[in-house]
Amino acid sequence: MIEAFQITDTYYLVLAAALFSIGAVGVLVRRNVLVMFMSIELMLNAVNLTFVAFAKSLNDTSGQVIVFFTLAVAAAEVAVGLAIIVAIFRRRRGMTADDLRVLRG
Amino acid sequence: MTAVLFFIFAASSLAGAGGVVLARNPVHSALFLVQTLLSVAVLFLMQDAELLAAVQVIVYAGAIVILFLFVIMLIGVDRREVLTENLRFQRPIAVALGALVLAQIIFLTGHTWATGATTSSGVPVNGSSGGDLGNNIQRVARVLFTDFLWPFELTALLLVVAVVGSVVLARGSGNPAATDSDAGAGAEVETQS
Repeated sequence: MIEAFQITDTYYLVLAAALFSIGAVGVLVRRNVLVMFMSIELMLNAVNLTFVAFAKSLNDTSGQVIVFFTLAVAAAEVAVGLAIIVAIFRRRRGMTADDLRVLRG
Repeated sequence: MTAVLFFIFAASSLAGAGGVVLARNPVHSALFLVQTLLSVAVLFLMQDAELLAAVQVIVYAGAIVILFLFVIMLIGVDRREVLTENLRFQRPIAVALGALVLAQIIFLTGHTWATGATTSSGVPVNGSSGGDLGNNIQRVARVLFTDFLWPFELTALLLVVAVVGSVVLARGSGNPAATDSDAGAGAEVETQS
């Protein structure tokens, strides 16, 4: 009974879609810049899961290699983004996205 | 067995994702993010991506979330999030748009014309197409250093730019006067906390 039930790549794709949507809602709903950032990480992870699922279903390792690049880009993005957040926080005390309405530094 | 594992860790990752969005405290959000990342690492493992599962744990849970926690602690978590809406109906509309995105992606998952992917020509994930291709790490390395060599070099450039950018941002703006005031602001933060 359990053996007959196969997990296909569609399950992984639907799971990744759900994770991506939760991340997108998090970016739209939350005000805290750090939590918005974490939601972006969530979306990146959902896309990684999609890549790995397609790599498995198409039997092509290129999908896994692209996840590698995504990880590198995410690491660089987090380093620069958190530096920006710290730099903003040094100038003004606000920590929500609504506090950042002016472009003037 | 794999089905049971899949549902356990899919539920765990979804619960973690919900926790990231719903938790009031940013530290809790970061810890929920770790839960999601580890669950996704297990899902990677179930799909013959052993190297990526390890890298996910080391780089994401080990480095990126630590960086997040570091900044949260540096900035302070004691202030409450303002719940007044500057844009009217922002939250309901956001949730509705999220549901719309979910419906669209799930619609697209059943349609191969959307992804365009039908066959592969690269190194197979498992099995071999003539000759021994080695384990997962060797296969990933083979593709990374042949087909993706140029993007790989560009990644090195990207990381250098990110490092330089972070240093410039952390040191403050270019002119010396601003640097002085920045140093003063930094000292002020220290005394305040």
